Amino acid sequence: MDQRWFVVPNGLALEVSTPTGVQWMQPDMSDEPTSGCIPLIKKVVKASTHRGTRIVERQKAVPFWLDERVLKVLGQIAFLILVIAVGAWAISNYLDRDLTFTFRFLGEEASFHLAEGIEFSPTDSYARAFLVGVVNTIRVASLGIVLASLLGMVAGISRLSDNWLVNKIASVYIEIVRNTPLLVQLFFLYFAVILKLPQLKMKDEVTAIILPGPTYLSNRGLAIPWPRPSDSFSSWWPFLIAALIVVVVLWILRARGVQRTGRPSFNMLWVIIAFFTVPVIGWFAVPGNPLVLDVPIIEGLRATGGTILSPEFVALTLGLVIYTGAFIAEVVRAGILAVPKGQTEAARAQGFTNGQVLRLIVLPQALRVIIPPLISQYLNLIKNSSLAVGIGFLDLYAVSSTMLNQSGRVVEVFLMIMASYLSMSLTVSLIMNIVNRRIQIVER
Amino acid sequence: MAVQSETMKPPRSEVGLLGWLKKNLFSTWYNVLLTIFSAAFIYIVLRAVITWVVRDARWAVVTTNLRVFMIGRYPRDEAGRVLVSLGIIVLMTALTWVFRKAKGKPRRWLVIGWLLSFPLITILLRGFSRESPFLPLVSEDIWSGLLLTLVLAIVGILASFPLGVLLALGRRSKLPIIKVLCTMYIETIRGVPLISVLFMSQLMLPLFLPPEIRLGTVMRALTGMALFSAAYTAENVRGGLASIPIGQYEAARAVGLNEALVMGLIVLPQALRAVIPAIVGQFISLFKDTTLVVIVGLLDLLGIAKAVTAQKEFIGLHKEAYAFTAVIFFICCFTMSYTSRRLEQRLGVGER
Repeated sequence: MDQRWFVVPNGLALEVSTPTGVQWMQPDMSDEPTSGCIPLIKKVVKASTHRGTRIVERQKAVPFWLDERVLKVLGQIAFLILVIAVGAWAISNYLDRDLTFTFRFLGEEASFHLAEGIEFSPTDSYARAFLVGVVNTIRVASLGIVLASLLGMVAGISRLSDNWLVNKIASVYIEIVRNTPLLVQLFFLYFAVILKLPQLKMKDEVTAIILPGPTYLSNRGLAIPWPRPSDSFSSWWPFLIAALIVVVVLWILRARGVQRTGRPSFNMLWVIIAFFTVPVIGWFAVPGNPLVLDVPIIEGLRATGGTILSPEFVALTLGLVIYTGAFIAEVVRAGILAVPKGQTEAARAQGFTNGQVLRLIVLPQALRVIIPPLISQYLNLIKNSSLAVGIGFLDLYAVSSTMLNQSGRVVEVFLMIMASYLSMSLTVSLIMNIVNRRIQIVER
Repeated sequence: MAVQSETMKPPRSEVGLLGWLKKNLFSTWYNVLLTIFSAAFIYIVLRAVITWVVRDARWAVVTTNLRVFMIGRYPRDEAGRVLVSLGIIVLMTALTWVFRKAKGKPRRWLVIGWLLSFPLITILLRGFSRESPFLPLVSEDIWSGLLLTLVLAIVGILASFPLGVLLALGRRSKLPIIKVLCTMYIETIRGVPLISVLFMSQLMLPLFLPPEIRLGTVMRALTGMALFSAAYTAENVRGGLASIPIGQYEAARAVGLNEALVMGLIVLPQALRAVIPAIVGQFISLFKDTTLVVIVGLLDLLGIAKAVTAQKEFIGLHKEAYAFTAVIFFICCFTMSYTSRRLEQRLGVGER
């Protein structure tokens, strides 16, 4: 009997030639290697040696229902069929209720009032109502994103302050806000704070809280002064464009200088000064003032002039800013902490001032860590603005639910809501991803 | 003469209370300014809050309605069942704490105990049928208050877990159809607000089900919660799966395990262990998000707060009711996040 050892993919195998053919055995590790061998492959059709490895072909090919490649395709097809079947079942249930699917209602008269945002009358179409909601959401979200970033930045840096009191104030703010639901905060702000503010006017006496501006804060909202273009605005705005062009040109010159000599040829300050001087020159060059500050006045029982922000808008924006600000603060803090301490110390050792260390060394590195989670906080803010419906602000969501109740087109309106939120989210993440790509380290 | 080195004491200005004050509050001129402003700010805020809490607030709205806040419309005679359920959870938590270091048998019994306690509590709370003398039916549609908040959060996260794991595996799969479908689901859900998912489950779900299947409002809200949460669980689990080194797969394959066994025995256990902190964080945010069911008309803790301020004798006491709600949420969430942070530090689960 002829015996030979071979290396096979899972260890060693013993080839035993017997009168009936070749048998392969593999040592059973629990026993003595020579005494206990388990048969590996009963019958070998073809065996060859390639670089010390025995390649063995089995007698039969794997049947196709056990072939992994076939199984993968079959499994996917089965999954797809399952998904389609469930979908079809759901749609057939929908059709059984004699419901149709059409967007034709969008052209019909909406016949409800919307008291917020761009002008809308009950005779306008559903499509326009939806647009009002979209614009309102964008208003809240964009203002909210700007203010929340500022608040978050301040709170995040305060959280790392050496000053014990500042540090503790920031911590308490962050912990309280992060650990209570946004909707509770919104309800509190709207029902318990803003609606409990004094009335605008009582018995011929202004009772609203008057802030410098003049700004009137009352339970009817916030009336703030607002610049409005006057007749000469049309001859002034070319100056604005000129200022922009000057800044871009200076910027390019400066960047060229940096590229050529390694140091900027003039200070950044000049760019800023140029940006402001051109419009100021224009301001005096054109006849009259191009912008007039429109100041709110209280007329009768309501404020007119300026811009009047509704209590719902104030509550929602404030609530979103406070809530998201706390989350952004944590993001900022984590980002700054992620910069190794050695960086600060090395910069200090080279003679950078504290401000320079923060501006030139720490922040650029921290930003790389901050931006990705910041994106998701912005997206959260946009999605959270849908809680407006809880306090009656007419955002995209609230308008849609009114549309839905009026027209009964549940599925269509939901598709519109989803599409709007998805496209807003996608836009923000697209912009932020571009920013992110520009500031990330380019690996060598 | 031997030179003796003398250790000098630190200067008095650097130690003790004075040193602490100087270091932390008055180190530079702008720190002095900051300290003064902060102290004034704290004084004003604290004074306003304390005078309101102690003097001006009318806490009767909370004290009279305490039972309503906790269990809402749950029948008064059956309230004991909620207490017993709470007792079971407290007991199980205590046992887990006592045997936290035990391995083997006690640990297995703990797992079995937890698994049994959930159906037990469900039966206890829901009861059997309307006529049964023992544990009569309390339909989940009248559960409300903190009870409903807890049920929504706990059942939401538990129900979302298996679906989330499957979605995560699907998204990492090499099979294109499965991958695309799972990714689409996850990204769509993550791109839209929870409130729209909740509304969808309230209004759209019944349209797509045959008329024979009728789900109560709470069940529908739960479905929405679970579907929403699953997408987030999936992303967390995916993060955990990505953190497992490729060597683990390769080693397991080389030992001769097939792909399913590699997943089930080697990769998933490690991945799930790594995502525990993330899941706790997700539970906290889901717990806070349960308040959104108010908008679809359920009476959770916040819904009760909104309802009691409409009672005739307590009209307009929004501040008290919402402040109380916020405090309850704060206590729950803060305890959870604090404990999980401590556990994470001690076990080093996060940074393995």
